[in-house]
Amino acid sequence: MLEIAIKGSKKYWIWLGALLTVMAVAFALYIDQFMNGLMITGMSRDVSWGFYIANFTFLVGVAAGGVMVVIPYYLHDYERFHRITILGEFLAVASLIMCLMFIVADLGQPIRMLNVLLYPTPNSMLFWDMCVLNGYLFLNIVIGWKVLEAERNQVKPPAWTKPLIYLSIPFAIGIHTVTAYLYCGLPGRGFWLTAILAPRFLASAFAAGPSFLILLCYIVRKFTKFDPGWEAIQTLSKIVCYALIANVFFFFCEVFVVFYSKIPGHMAHIKYLFFGLHGHGALVPWMWTSMTLMFIGIALLVVPAFRNNETLLPFTCIMIFIGTWIDKSLGMISGGFVPNPLHHVTEYIPTVQEIVISLGVLATGFLILTVLFKLAATVKEEVRG
Amino acid sequence: MKNKRENFLSKSSRRGFLKAAGISAVAIGAAPAIKAVSIASGGGDAVSSLPLTTPKAEVLTAKRWGMVIDTSKITEEVVESVVAACRNSHNIPNFDIQPDEKKYPNTRPAKKMQEIKWIWEEHYHNAFPEMEDEFLADKFKSLPFLVTCNHCKNAPCVQACPTKATFKREDGIVIMDFHRCIGCRFCMAACPYGSRSFNFRDARPFIEKINPEFPIRSKGVVEKCNLCAERLERGLQPACVEASEGAIVVGDLEDPESEVRALLKENYAIRRKQELGTEPSVYYIM
Repeated sequence: MLEIAIKGSKKYWIWLGALLTVMAVAFALYIDQFMNGLMITGMSRDVSWGFYIANFTFLVGVAAGGVMVVIPYYLHDYERFHRITILGEFLAVASLIMCLMFIVADLGQPIRMLNVLLYPTPNSMLFWDMCVLNGYLFLNIVIGWKVLEAERNQVKPPAWTKPLIYLSIPFAIGIHTVTAYLYCGLPGRGFWLTAILAPRFLASAFAAGPSFLILLCYIVRKFTKFDPGWEAIQTLSKIVCYALIANVFFFFCEVFVVFYSKIPGHMAHIKYLFFGLHGHGALVPWMWTSMTLMFIGIALLVVPAFRNNETLLPFTCIMIFIGTWIDKSLGMISGGFVPNPLHHVTEYIPTVQEIVISLGVLATGFLILTVLFKLAATVKEEVRG
Repeated sequence: MKNKRENFLSKSSRRGFLKAAGISAVAIGAAPAIKAVSIASGGGDAVSSLPLTTPKAEVLTAKRWGMVIDTSKITEEVVESVVAACRNSHNIPNFDIQPDEKKYPNTRPAKKMQEIKWIWEEHYHNAFPEMEDEFLADKFKSLPFLVTCNHCKNAPCVQACPTKATFKREDGIVIMDFHRCIGCRFCMAACPYGSRSFNFRDARPFIEKINPEFPIRSKGVVEKCNLCAERLERGLQPACVEASEGAIVVGDLEDPESEVRALLKENYAIRRKQELGTEPSVYYIM
C-alpha cells in the first residue's frame, strides 16, 4: 500500500519538501542541544519542564481524541463515521509519534532512555505512561493499516482486528488519564493536585482532537477527490461542542474550589496565570485569549445556525484548537511550576531554538500525517471509482 | 524476602563472630576475654545487628540519618561557609564566576536560573511558605534559613523516578545514581521542597577548584544533596556540619541515645511542609 505515497502531484511534493526543510533545520538545532545540553532552552531550576512537555501533553490529547470517532462507529454502528474512522486512527498515530519525539527531545540523557525498560519501575507514572502510549500507538498502526488494506481489497477486515479495536478504546482513555496522573499525584504542586485534572484533560482532548479532525476533513476534501461527508463533520462538531463545554465547566469547578476554600498554595498559580503574581505576568494575555477563544467557540457551536455554517465551521475549529492549546500546554505546565514550591516566581519563556526544535517535531508529525492521509484518501477514491 | 536473606546472613555472620570469639577465648583461656569482647561490641543487641561485612571502625552508620539545624546559630557567615564547603566538596558549579578562557574557550554564558544548589539560604517565608504570618517574631523575618534535601522517609522523588536512579538507602539517605539518570526531571516536579537541580550544561568551566574525590556530573542529569554519603563512609561528618560551627548536627533519628534525638527532646523543632506526609528528616530548632 505504501507505494501510493510516492505517487503524488507537484503540490504534494512541494508540501513534503517544505516539511523536510523544517525538519532539517530543527534537527541541526537539536544536535546543538544534544551536544551542549538543555541550557539552550528557557527552562530553569524552578520551571523544569517547558515547551516540549507542554506540547507532548497537548498531543496526547489529540491522539486520545481519535477515540471520539472510534466509539460511535464501532460501538454504536454509527455509519456516517465509516469514512472518517481511519482518519481518526491515523491522526492518533501521527500525534503519538510526535509525543514520543517530544519526550526524547526533553530528556537530558536521551541515549539512556532504554533505562526505563531495563529497570522497569511500576511506582513511577512515567513507566505506565510509556506503556500506554506505545501500546496505543501499536494498536492504531495495526488497526488502521489492516482495516484500510481490507477496504482496498474490498474484503472484510480480519476478525482479530475487532478485539484490538475494542481494546484501543480503554487505551485512548488510558493515555490521557495516565498523562494527567504524571501531574496530579505530586504532593507539592497545588495547581495540579486535583482529581479533576484527568477528566479535564480528557474533556479538552475530546474538543481539540475532533476539532483538528474537522479541519483535516476540510483539507482532505479540498485536495483529494475523497469527501468525508458533511453529516460526519456535523456530528463531530457536536462532539467538540459538548467536550469544550465540559472542559470549561471543569475549569470553573476548579476555580470555585480554589477561590472559595482560599488555600494560598492553590490560589497562587491561578492568580499567576490570569492576573500575574509579584509583578510577573507573562502568561496573562495568553490565558485570557485562551478563555475568550473557548467561549467564542462554545457560542459558535451551540447555536445551530453558526454550527451548520460550512464556511464558518473551520474558523471556529481553529479558534478552539488554539484556545485549548494555550490552556493545556502553556498554562498547564507553567501554571504548575510558577510559583515554585518555595513561592518564588521564576517565569518561563521558551527560547527560539526550543521553539524551532518543537516545530521540527510538528513537521515530522505532519509528514507522517500527510503520507497516511494520502494513503487513506487514495484507497477510498480507488474503491469508489 | 530480602530481609529474610539479610537476617540469615547476619545470623551466620553472628555465628562466625561467636566462633571467633570462642576460639580467642579458648586461646587466651580466660573468662575476662569473653567479657571484653562483648563490651567492645556493645552488649548482646549490638551483636545481632552486626552487618554482613564488619564495618571499619571509622565508618559512620545510622538506622535513619537525620539532620537538626539550630536556627539560632545560623548567621550569614555560617551560611556562607556551609554553602562554600558543600560546593567545594561536591564540585558544584558556581555560575557567578568567569570560566578560564584558555582552558574552556567559547564557553556560552551561564543562566543564573539554571544554577545548581544542594544547600542554600532562604527566608523563613520561603522555607515555610504555608506558615507565613504577618505577626511573625522579628528575629525570624531576617534570619537566614538553610534548606536542602530533606531525605524524606516517604520521598516523592523516589516514587516518581522511572529508572530507580533516585533511590532510598537502608539508612534513610535519598541518593542518586548519576549514571542511570535519564534526565526526565520527573523527580524535580515531584519534590515539594525544590531541592533538586538539573545539569542544564557541562559544569566543568564553572567549578572553581575540582575535588578529585567526588565525581563531576555529566550534563543532562539531576542531582541533589547526598548527606555526604561519601564522607560518612570514611568516618567524616558531612561538609556542612563541619563548616557550621555547631549549627548543624547529623545523627541517627532512630537511636534514642543519639545527639540529634537529644536535641529534639529538649527543643521545639519543625519540619518543612509536614502536612504533606513526606516525613522529612531535616529538623529546624526554632
